[in-house]
Amino acid sequence: MAHYELDARRMFCPMPVIRTQDKIKELQVGDTLEVVATDPGVLSDIPAWSRINGHKVLETREADDEVFVLVEVCDA
Amino acid sequence: MSQQRKAVALISGGLDSLLAAKVMLEQGIHVEGINFFTGFCVEGHTHAIRKQDKDKPKRNNALWSAEQLGIKLHIIDIVDEYKDVLINPKHGYGKNMNPCLDCKVFMVNKAREWADENGFDFIITGEVVGQRPMSQRKETMPVVSRESGAGDRLLRPLCAKNLPPTLPETEGWIKREELYGFSGRNRKPQMALAAEFGFEDYAKPAGGCCFLTDESYSAKLVDLWDARGSREYEMDDIMLLKVGRHIRPSPNYKLIIGREDGENKFLQGYKNSFISLKTMDCPGPLTLLDGVATDDDLKLAAQIAARFSQGRNAESVTIEARRTNGDTTTLNVTPLHADDIKKEWYV
Repeated sequence: MAHYELDARRMFCPMPVIRTQDKIKELQVGDTLEVVATDPGVLSDIPAWSRINGHKVLETREADDEVFVLVEVCDA
Repeated sequence: MSQQRKAVALISGGLDSLLAAKVMLEQGIHVEGINFFTGFCVEGHTHAIRKQDKDKPKRNNALWSAEQLGIKLHIIDIVDEYKDVLINPKHGYGKNMNPCLDCKVFMVNKAREWADENGFDFIITGEVVGQRPMSQRKETMPVVSRESGAGDRLLRPLCAKNLPPTLPETEGWIKREELYGFSGRNRKPQMALAAEFGFEDYAKPAGGCCFLTDESYSAKLVDLWDARGSREYEMDDIMLLKVGRHIRPSPNYKLIIGREDGENKFLQGYKNSFISLKTMDCPGPLTLLDGVATDDDLKLAAQIAARFSQGRNAESVTIEARRTNGDTTTLNVTPLHADDIKKEWYV
């Protein structure tokens, strides 16, 4: 299991979701991916995408005009 | 036991594609959604940029639709490939810069390719005969089937009874009698079907989802192309067309003036790509200057920027002009009178 980060700052939805989707395709079950973004829409869109596609959101948070979403890759 | 057939559904986030996918699920078809991002999608970007929209609940309607349906959704970035569709549409434009028919052909073709790569049997869309003046007419629907290469693998569940039977019907994968015969611009049948399926809070019908159908946005795009002498664009160009007031006092430059805090903040991200102007002695918008400006142009730009600041009635406003290399110039200018900003300058 490995941890990865995805910089989606200055991207607007749905681009952070697309980048997340594409990155997760490369990862293994159990890996985690932290997405850092500036579009607050990410806080609803990545969890929605994760629910639909069978992955697990471990944490969402906001700090200093940035949003963070931590996703665990599941066997979807 | 018969083979589980699979359909890929074009999911826009609107009501029709939601219903079309649901109709297939009801017939026992395995459905997955596909959504294409062209860069011209209305929601998302504007919600993210404009502060006044920040209190509205944010959601991506395509994701919302997929969640309601309980299906997977694959979002595909087609920003680069879409340029050729927009710049060279074989079937021309609609009322504005919307190449709807070419767009539909392109998207169905992409969905067909995806279906082939992923072992899906057919493609479904939420199209309804007669609903849209360009791409959803009885005579253009066969064009989409033919030119996309989908042929009879393209099924429109909401209006299938008005069209010749498709492969899923003739092969008996689905029952034609359980499809629909909707037509025209009346949305009541779709709303009734949505109620039957228990869908509430779906994206409002007739809400345009593409900036290219918008007259004002299209005018800005044409202005951009005219000013550059080239029908090309990058992602940042089409983003900036969504933001601020666009004023072109001269063919060699235009101003992009933030209308509120959210836009000003967004425009700040472009300070290293454009000359930017901001008021120093009173609150005011951030203004970007796109183009090449002489000293006189810069002075006029500062006067216009001052006009949109809270110092608009002052005798003098101090403006700092920052060049892309970080060098700054301070200008003390008289704000331009509203009547002196010519109507034709507004893009």
